[in-house]
Amino acid sequence: MSDQKFPFSRRQFLATTAIGAAVAATGSVAMPSVLRAQGTPVKLGVLHPVTGALSYSGQQGRLGATTAIEEINAAGGVKGLGKIDAVLGDAQSTPEGGTAEVEKMNSAGVACVVGGYASNICLATTQAAARYELPYVVDVGVADGIVTRGLKNTFRFGPGFGVISKTALANLAAINDHAGKPAKTVMIVHEDSLFGSGLAKLLNAQLPQQGFQILETIPHPTPTRDFNNVVLKIKAQNPDIVIPANYYNEYVLLARTMRQQQIKLKGIYSVLGGAASSYKFVKEFPEAAKFIMDCNHWFDPRNEKAQALKKKVEGKGQFFTYEVYMNYSCVYLIADALQRAASADRAKLTAALASSTFAGHVMPYGPTKFVNGQNEGAAPVNTQVLDNDIKVILPPSFANAKPIFPMPA
Amino acid sequence: MLSSAILFPAVLNGLLTGAVYALVALGLTLIYGVLHIINFAHGALLSAAMFAAFFAFRLLGIDPYVAVFLLAPLFFTFGYALQRFIIGPASHRNDRNMLLVTLGIAVVIENALLYAFRADTRTIDVPYAFETVNFGFTFLAVPRVIGFAAVFVVALALWLIMNCTDIGRAIRAVAKERLGAELVGIDVAHVYAMTFGLGTACVAVAACLLIPNYYVNPSVGNAFVLVAFTIVVLGGMGSVPGALIGALLIGVVESLSGLFLGESLGQVGIFVIFIAVLLVRPNGLFGARA
Repeated sequence: MSDQKFPFSRRQFLATTAIGAAVAATGSVAMPSVLRAQGTPVKLGVLHPVTGALSYSGQQGRLGATTAIEEINAAGGVKGLGKIDAVLGDAQSTPEGGTAEVEKMNSAGVACVVGGYASNICLATTQAAARYELPYVVDVGVADGIVTRGLKNTFRFGPGFGVISKTALANLAAINDHAGKPAKTVMIVHEDSLFGSGLAKLLNAQLPQQGFQILETIPHPTPTRDFNNVVLKIKAQNPDIVIPANYYNEYVLLARTMRQQQIKLKGIYSVLGGAASSYKFVKEFPEAAKFIMDCNHWFDPRNEKAQALKKKVEGKGQFFTYEVYMNYSCVYLIADALQRAASADRAKLTAALASSTFAGHVMPYGPTKFVNGQNEGAAPVNTQVLDNDIKVILPPSFANAKPIFPMPA
Repeated sequence: MLSSAILFPAVLNGLLTGAVYALVALGLTLIYGVLHIINFAHGALLSAAMFAAFFAFRLLGIDPYVAVFLLAPLFFTFGYALQRFIIGPASHRNDRNMLLVTLGIAVVIENALLYAFRADTRTIDVPYAFETVNFGFTFLAVPRVIGFAAVFVVALALWLIMNCTDIGRAIRAVAKERLGAELVGIDVAHVYAMTFGLGTACVAVAACLLIPNYYVNPSVGNAFVLVAFTIVVLGGMGSVPGALIGALLIGVVESLSGLFLGESLGQVGIFVIFIAVLLVRPNGLFGARA
């Protein structure tokens, strides 16, 4: 599947069909990686939930991946191998939808798959890809189970739950301590699939160790049409901090409802908050977004490449969300591995990914080093909405602002 | 923890949410309840109407409460044409065909929206978005209160159309006995199209009242439609007061079950009440006896 309207000219179509017919007539069937000659594009599966409940994130992810592919192809493609041909897939926001697309991509002869976005989709799609020893680079999916099942084909460039929650809590404690410990009580509002529930479980285990009392943990489905009841509970319990862990739409509704119900908090501290680190949210609801903190995936604000990419994406009329630069970086990671493997052979590419030391990305990460498929150099950062912009407040090595906590009334 | 301080606001919230459901269900009760067309396109039409309201505000600066007077006639015409020139001719008076045709229309509309506007979630920021009415024990968002009041106006208007006008009488006649209505000279195809147009106009009204406090994306309508079908059956097929009361009841039940059972199980309450009511009153709360 391609999103180009007319990917072939009439002559190309006839030539391709003739070659296909000839191959069929001789009965020769072989993996495309074997048939592929110098100059023939390397097929890369680009799999996202571009329809359904997660479609916004999925489309942003696809934008990031295709932007990187366009750039690589414009520069002549992968050195020694040629251009990359994106084989686009829609997971339809479900694990089954994602698995079906992996099957199709495998039949299409892709060298590697990138994407998945949601944890539950990634769990299913990486497993489906493993059956064909098809290398799979997870773009976002943060559930730790994705990389702890011993799947040799699965790589995650970004950080997982474990690292994110540990960093988030350490940073929350540091911010609170620095302000003289004004916050003692917390409520967690999370979506009830693998992402939110897994995170809530970790937070419940670790927050008390940091000296916070958890007043209540409230799960909700995706989509949720109304957050008034949730906010009523928050109002009744009157916590110092609310920690939302949900996707964009629900995050926006929750933040709007909290503002409508005039909830007074010392802070809104998100962990992987769907909208907290979103320029779209800040632009559309600057008042509701003010002073919200988040521990999330973020680009390196000091990196010139990252700033150029931001400008490019915004120039296309799109918001520079984390899905964009995570996927963008993952495609460059794959291109780097393809170049080092000097082949689109799946086994060689898997080995090249496993030994990657990729550094030409736009993320605030340490050196790339995969251990059991997880990039040990990956880490989240803390952001805060300040002056109608999103600033990095921690770690100090990447920060471009200081945190404001407790938030002014 | 669940004291009256939280219970009363939850009931009020349920009523306000129920009003939103009622707006969607009122259109459906005409199409599904009266003409027995299982209109799978209702959700997609709601999404389309919300996009229309969104762009009316974003591009032309028309407030959604003003846009309602523009979009309701526009969507009435669209609904009329849809039934007259597509659903009617394509279904050949076969209910199963109607179901499939409306399903096809839903797919076309949703994908056209997806193609044209991507899956982005869009919201409008009207000046009164964060204004609230203070009830002492709770704050109610102004757009939700306006929606609540408007639903009664819409319901009254529909009830008057159905009971005090020629077209209303014709609609009811066609619903009861299509062949008989045809024999006495009623243009059945026109009545079907008028009904579908009215139902679609209701969707446009719902969209304008929803948009100040909700988001829009190509699949947003689906979040409301299953509940709306439930309400139409619960309230009694084709009954305007039934749709209104049923929607308010469902809103309160969902709110309270969300409060007591948790948001993830809030929907369970809807279907428990639905089954319970149908066991006692198989024709729904306000449905005529068979």
